[in-house]
Amino acid sequence: MTMPNETDTTSPKHLCDKYAIVGVGETAYMRGSGMTTRALGTWAVRNAIEDAGLEPSDVDGMLSYQSGDSTFAPFIAGDLGMRLNFYMDVFGGGSSTEALVGLAMGLIEAGMCKVVVIFRAMNGFSQVRIGGTGARAAAPVSGDMLHSRAYGWQSAGQMFSPTFMRHMYDYGTRPEQVAAVKAIHSEHASNNPKAFYRKRVSVADVLASRIICKPLHLLDCCVETDNGTAIVVTNAERARDCRHPRVLIRGVVGRCSKPRMDMHYQHGPVSTVAGHYAREILWPNSGVGPEDIDATGSYDAFTFTTMLQLEDYGFCKKGEGGDYVSDGTIRLGGRRPNNTSGGHLCEGYTHGLNMVIENVRQLRHDADDSCPVGPDGRRRHTYDYREGGCRQVRNCELTANLGWANPGTGSAMVMRRD
Amino acid sequence: MAIQATYLGMPLDINDLDVENLAYFKHCAAHDFHLQRCGACGLLRYPPTTACPWCASPKSEWIAVEGRGAVHSYTEVHHAIQPAFRNHTPYLVLLVDLDTQRGKPGEHEALRVVGNLVTPQGRLAPPEMVRRVGIGTRVRMVFSDVAPGLALPQWTLDEGASQPASPWRYPQE
Repeated sequence: MTMPNETDTTSPKHLCDKYAIVGVGETAYMRGSGMTTRALGTWAVRNAIEDAGLEPSDVDGMLSYQSGDSTFAPFIAGDLGMRLNFYMDVFGGGSSTEALVGLAMGLIEAGMCKVVVIFRAMNGFSQVRIGGTGARAAAPVSGDMLHSRAYGWQSAGQMFSPTFMRHMYDYGTRPEQVAAVKAIHSEHASNNPKAFYRKRVSVADVLASRIICKPLHLLDCCVETDNGTAIVVTNAERARDCRHPRVLIRGVVGRCSKPRMDMHYQHGPVSTVAGHYAREILWPNSGVGPEDIDATGSYDAFTFTTMLQLEDYGFCKKGEGGDYVSDGTIRLGGRRPNNTSGGHLCEGYTHGLNMVIENVRQLRHDADDSCPVGPDGRRRHTYDYREGGCRQVRNCELTANLGWANPGTGSAMVMRRD
Repeated sequence: MAIQATYLGMPLDINDLDVENLAYFKHCAAHDFHLQRCGACGLLRYPPTTACPWCASPKSEWIAVEGRGAVHSYTEVHHAIQPAFRNHTPYLVLLVDLDTQRGKPGEHEALRVVGNLVTPQGRLAPPEMVRRVGIGTRVRMVFSDVAPGLALPQWTLDEGASQPASPWRYPQE
């Protein structure tokens, strides 16, 4: 594949390879963190800046996202002694990571910042649980929720399930095909020392686990964890001075929506999700297509969210997602592994940021698996993907991250190794 | 007039500024189903909105709409989040394509109205009824009375309609 060297500012591709992710960091993925989201965020941001080989004083922009369950950027910046030229805390969950990467690029392009850190901190098990239980379930139902929550239709799993049901009806997708997503991601997690769930599970295990809301079994749902995660974005030139090989951003699309997203079940086929629209921006801006991608990170809040996105971003034909996720393609050692860290289903849930972190490490050829580290500090990957072994994708040059908010909203990003 | 009420132990709250929802539920309280019809393009929409999603006109009027249709998709909830629903599992959340305006303005469009499967009296359906319903099932609208001025539109089996021989259900039963 050829990569254009010259920048044509009249082209939608003109930001291609002009920005890079230079630092990634996280806390452990845990339950019962015993600390505030402010502490989780501070540690993640600090780790990401250190990973980049930078100092907190080098960073002058900070972006974060949350849904009333985190800490504001100025607190983290204050704790680390930073002076910012721009910060913004965005309301939102899934699909925010890639959208904020696009915003960070825009901030730097506009001359407002030089280095931007993006973080997500959440006590997703110990405090506000994304599954919808706790204080949120007891709050009064008003406004738009009168047409959803009043019917006991509230959690993400409940809200997304009719989309999946209709996909099964329209295309004959079978439960065991979708359950394979969990089984495969659990294989990947078993090779990830920091994953919360490292035990391999089978398709039969998924189908035998209790029903939460049809068609979702317990093991079709992601794991709720406490953690902080962060990434650092800067321009490609500055990235040369950072610690690791450059991971360049080829293209990004942020919070692209289906028509009439306020009630996405109304418009068009319900089993067609926002990626169907987002891909019209992602691939032309990136100058590559899904066939060029070596590894994907598809938002696995649930097994089927992964499948629906891989379809609608064009990794397979619409309706063939069941085969795509179950035929070995997305497995380590397969043609295009997905969520090699184990993703939200197994590594931990942090609203999309961990899959971006994973792909950055994959593109550095430095996935933190159990392979031995050589005298130069670099891992000697074995590419033996058996349990407890390697999880580095061989010759990983180009990755795609597919963020999901709900069936109606999506964000995505393509990155490449320098 | 603002409404505060409790449904299945769950607080519902419509404030004075939410004029679209107040109008919608006022009709529901009288067991009439009304939707906004756009004053410019004439298309109906659901749920209540402040402008037309098809042509962006802010003008609309409320008109009576027949509450009959077929199940477009569903989920069957076994693990309730809302505490009040825990005694009623499994319950169905249905997306119902109304017969009215189906396929307009595009072939995949419909007025997809949310509701639970309930008895003709408006109570959440018992398990044996839940097991009979799937994609394609013909349903008719009934109402769950909540308080003066407030009822929730719901769905029950349309016993007078010709039903599919076996509506599509999740295959792992």
